[in-house]
Formats: sequence, structure tokens, C-alpha cells
Amino acid sequence: MIGLQHYLTLSAILFSLSIAGIFVNRRNLILLLMCIELMLLAVNFNFIAFSRSLGDETGQVFVFFILTVAAAEAAIGLAILVVVFRNRRSINVQELDTMKG
Amino acid sequence: MIFGQFSPAAPEITLLIMICIVLIADLFVEDEKRATTFWLAIASLAVTAWAVLASAPDAHTLLFDGSYVSDALSQVLKLFAIGTVAIGFLYARDYLRQNKLMKGEYYLLGLFGLLGIMIMTSANSMLTMYLGLETLSLSLYALVAFDRNSATSAESAMKYFVLGAIASGTLLYGISWIYGITGSLQFDGIAAAVRNDAINSMPLWFGMAFMIVGIAFKFGAVPFHMWLPDVYQGARTPVTLYIASAPKLAALALILRILVDGLGELHVVWQGMIMVLAVLSLVVGNVVAIAQTNIKRMLGYSAIAHVGFILIAIFTGSQDGYAAALFYTLTYVVMAAGAFGMVILLSRKGFEAENLADFKGLNARSPWFALMMLFFMFGMAGVPPWVGFFAKLNVISAVLNAGFPILALIMVLASVIGAYYYLRVIWYMYFDAAEDRSVFQADIDTRIVLSLNGVAVLVLGIIPGWLLTLCINVIRTVY
Repeated sequence: MIGLQHYLTLSAILFSLSIAGIFVNRRNLILLLMCIELMLLAVNFNFIAFSRSLGDETGQVFVFFILTVAAAEAAIGLAILVVVFRNRRSINVQELDTMKG
Repeated sequence: MIFGQFSPAAPEITLLIMICIVLIADLFVEDEKRATTFWLAIASLAVTAWAVLASAPDAHTLLFDGSYVSDALSQVLKLFAIGTVAIGFLYARDYLRQNKLMKGEYYLLGLFGLLGIMIMTSANSMLTMYLGLETLSLSLYALVAFDRNSATSAESAMKYFVLGAIASGTLLYGISWIYGITGSLQFDGIAAAVRNDAINSMPLWFGMAFMIVGIAFKFGAVPFHMWLPDVYQGARTPVTLYIASAPKLAALALILRILVDGLGELHVVWQGMIMVLAVLSLVVGNVVAIAQTNIKRMLGYSAIAHVGFILIAIFTGSQDGYAAALFYTLTYVVMAAGAFGMVILLSRKGFEAENLADFKGLNARSPWFALMMLFFMFGMAGVPPWVGFFAKLNVISAVLNAGFPILALIMVLASVIGAYYYLRVIWYMYFDAAEDRSVFQADIDTRIVLSLNGVAVLVLGIIPGWLLTLCINVIRTVY
């Protein structure tokens, strides 16, 4: 039987993977954006699992809002990515280091 | 009222309608007459401020099934946010015109950001808070990248975006746990559930820890401050001014609403985490600021140190502490807007006055504005009788009343270290020879407002009583 804790574990694994992905990946900005999406989806998983086990729909409503905001966030992220590429001809994470101190 | 049953939310609705009007009007404005957009934006702010004042409720009014609250705290924060955004728009105008950046986007994104701030100050559920936060953050990401041809702007926008998105994700993960344990998204529901249930619930602490990490990211508290100096330095100065001022009010609302309204019962648990963040911010912010040669970056580290003060005030968990945090944030925002206004004043076409050396000999160029910069620096350093002194004094006395003398000592030592880099700016202005003797190009209205802003820092310090009473009354009615 698959219970609440299985869903929570899966969500925690996805969340950790996305965090690890953000900090381990040093090459490609698009991978960073994908990790951010994965993070929000892990949160959605949590919300749906809790909502189902509590028998309360508010959590599912929250998920719809997160999905909408995630779409807007991806749009802004890609727009910034385009600006970065136009200025530097590269989307390598390691090259984003002109400011230090 | 024209909004009927929705009249408590009249400020947000008015602002949104005004934004739509400005958005459409801006399409029909020619590039040379872009100042029209600026005046429309100022008019929107004036109408919104009027809506805030007109809808002033005597007490706590809930709306939208308890997701939205209009109370004294939200009123004060909204009025200050509108005021600082208006000042920022005015300072930005000359800079944008000289650098051929006078586009409607700056003002529109600024207004959308303000809408997010206003929603956050009135949030009474996690959902409202999250949506307000994203409205603010998404506007800020776009605002940082708004100079498309600048590689540093693009770089700092990307850093801000990635770290901001991680912060939102972490905050949401925490919210999902709190929702799962308490079964509610509204702060009063969460508070009731926490009161009834065992306080020792590990999953609840787990969710709360994630939320505090998210809040610390948004505040820019050490060790989650990596984005802040880069964004301050990389963004164009008017954008830095915007980020450094009004969003701090929203961050205060975020922490007060979530940790005090929602999880106030868990004060003993979150106190420790907040203390670590606060002390690290104080020490790291003040020490690293000394090493900076770029004034925007220096003010960024100084913002981190000021966040340390605000967090320590909240750490005390007393009404005195919350009132001190409110007073500190309100006055800090006024000083930060003025200090970045001075950086803008010294800049001109193709020249960004972002190095400390650009302030050398300012006294010889303009004794009046050198005096204004001295007011802002003394205010931030906490020299009596400027207002920063009273702000720091309130926090220290709240901490002493709560019984933490060692923390008070750390705050005093950190302030003494911090005074060094503020005084260095003053030394440059008064005792070094100017390398650059060009004349300021700011319009007369900018000069007047900047002067009023500087004088306000001194006057608020000489008569801090009314603002202090206001803060204490606000906190009393809310908590």
C-alpha cells in the first residue's frame, strides 16, 4: 500500500535532486532553470499528497497557483538568459563571475 | 465606497487599475515625451496613497475568506512603500534621461513591484503572501535586467533570478510542510493549530526551518546573502535604489506575518535560528563593507548589517522588539533611498559615480549636497542626533529588556566597526581634493526632494517621538 510517507519521500528526493543540481552544475544555465522547475514540482507533489490525506482542497488550489507562477517565472528566466547570451555569447555558469569582493 | 464590499482592498485594486491605464497610455507616448509616463506613475502613486488613507480601518478587517487583512501595520507599511517608490521614481528620472534609458518599463515594473509589496503587507494566508512575493520578485528580476546592453546587469539579473527562485522554492517547501501538519494556509488557522497541537512536533520544525531559510534569502541575511552585493553593484543605480528601499518593508511584513502571526507560539524554536542569522549578518556585513571600493557594493554590505539589526529586534519576541524593528525598517528605507539618490546625483551621461573615490572633494563642488551625504552617512552609522541612532538605541534597549546583554554588546561593537566605512566617505568628501569637477545635471525638483530627504534624516532624529509612538501603537493594535 502506498501511503502519505511514500509521497513525501519521493517529494523530498526530487527536492534534494533539484538543489544538488543547482549547486553541482557549473556549465549550463538552462539546466539551472530546469532544476528550479523540478524544485517547484517537488513542492507541488508535497501539497497534493498532504491535501489528499487531509481531505482539504486548499492545497490543490495552491498547486494551480504555483503552476501559473512557475510558468511566469520560466518566461522571465528565459528572457534573462537571452539577454545574458546576447551580451556574452555564452551561457556557461562559470563565466558569470565578473563581480567579486 | 466605490468598491463596495471589497473596499478594504481598495489600495491594491486602485493601483492595479492605474497600472493598466499607465501601461496603455505609455504605448501612445513618443520617446521624447517619456516624462509623461513618469508623471502618470506619480499620479498613480498619489491616487493609491489616497485610497490607503481613505480606506483606513480602525481595526483588523478581513477580506476574501480571511486571506487578506487590512490593519494598522499594513497601512503604515503601504504608505511608506508608496512614498519611497515615489522618491525613487523622481531620482531615477534624470539618470534615465541622461543615459537614454527613459523607457516606460522602469516605471511600470516599479509599480507592479509596489503592487506585490502591498499585497505582501496585507497577506493573511500563505497563498496571498506567496503571490505577493512573486509579483514583487518577478518585477525585480526584470527590472535588474532592464538595461539590455549591459553585461553586468544581465549577469546580476541571472544571479538574482536563480537565487530568488531557490528562495521561493525553499519557502514553498516549508509552507507545504506547515500546511500538511496544521491543515491550514491562513495565519490565524496555523496559529490555532499550533496552539492546540504539541509544540514539539518535529515535522513542524522541519517546515519552519525551510521557511526561515527562504525568508533569510529574501532579506539577504548571512549566510544567504550571496546575491545581494552583486545585484546592488550590477544593476543600474535607479534599480539598485528601488531594490534597496521599498522591498525591505515587504521583507519585514513577510517575517512579521509568517513568524509572529502564524508561528508565534513556536517563538522559542525559531528564536535560535534568527539569532544566528542576525549575528552573522551584523559581523560579516560590517567587516566586509570595509574592504569595498565600490559605493553601491559597500551600501549592499551595509544593508546586510542593517538586516542584522532588524532580525535581532524580531528575535526578542516582545512588543518592544517588533516596534523597534518597524521603526528601524521605516527609517532605514528613508536613508537608503537618500544615499542611492546621492549616487545618482553624482552620475551623468556615460559616467556612473559608483566608486568611493568619486565622492572625493564633494564639499568643494557642492557644500550643500556634501552635507546631505554626511546626513545619510551619519544616519546609517548611528551617530546622534541623526535618526539611525534612535533606531539602533531602540533595538538595543529591546534586547536588553529581553535579557540578552551579550547580544547588545555585539551590536555596539559591530556598529563601531561599521562607523569606519561611513566615516571614510565623509573623509573623502571633506578632506580630499576633487578629481572630477563637473556640474550636477539634476533638475530643481530632484534637488529639492533630495534635500528634504536629507533634512528628514536629521529632523526625525531630533524629534523621533511621533514616529516611535506611531510604531508602538501600530504594534500594540496588531499584536
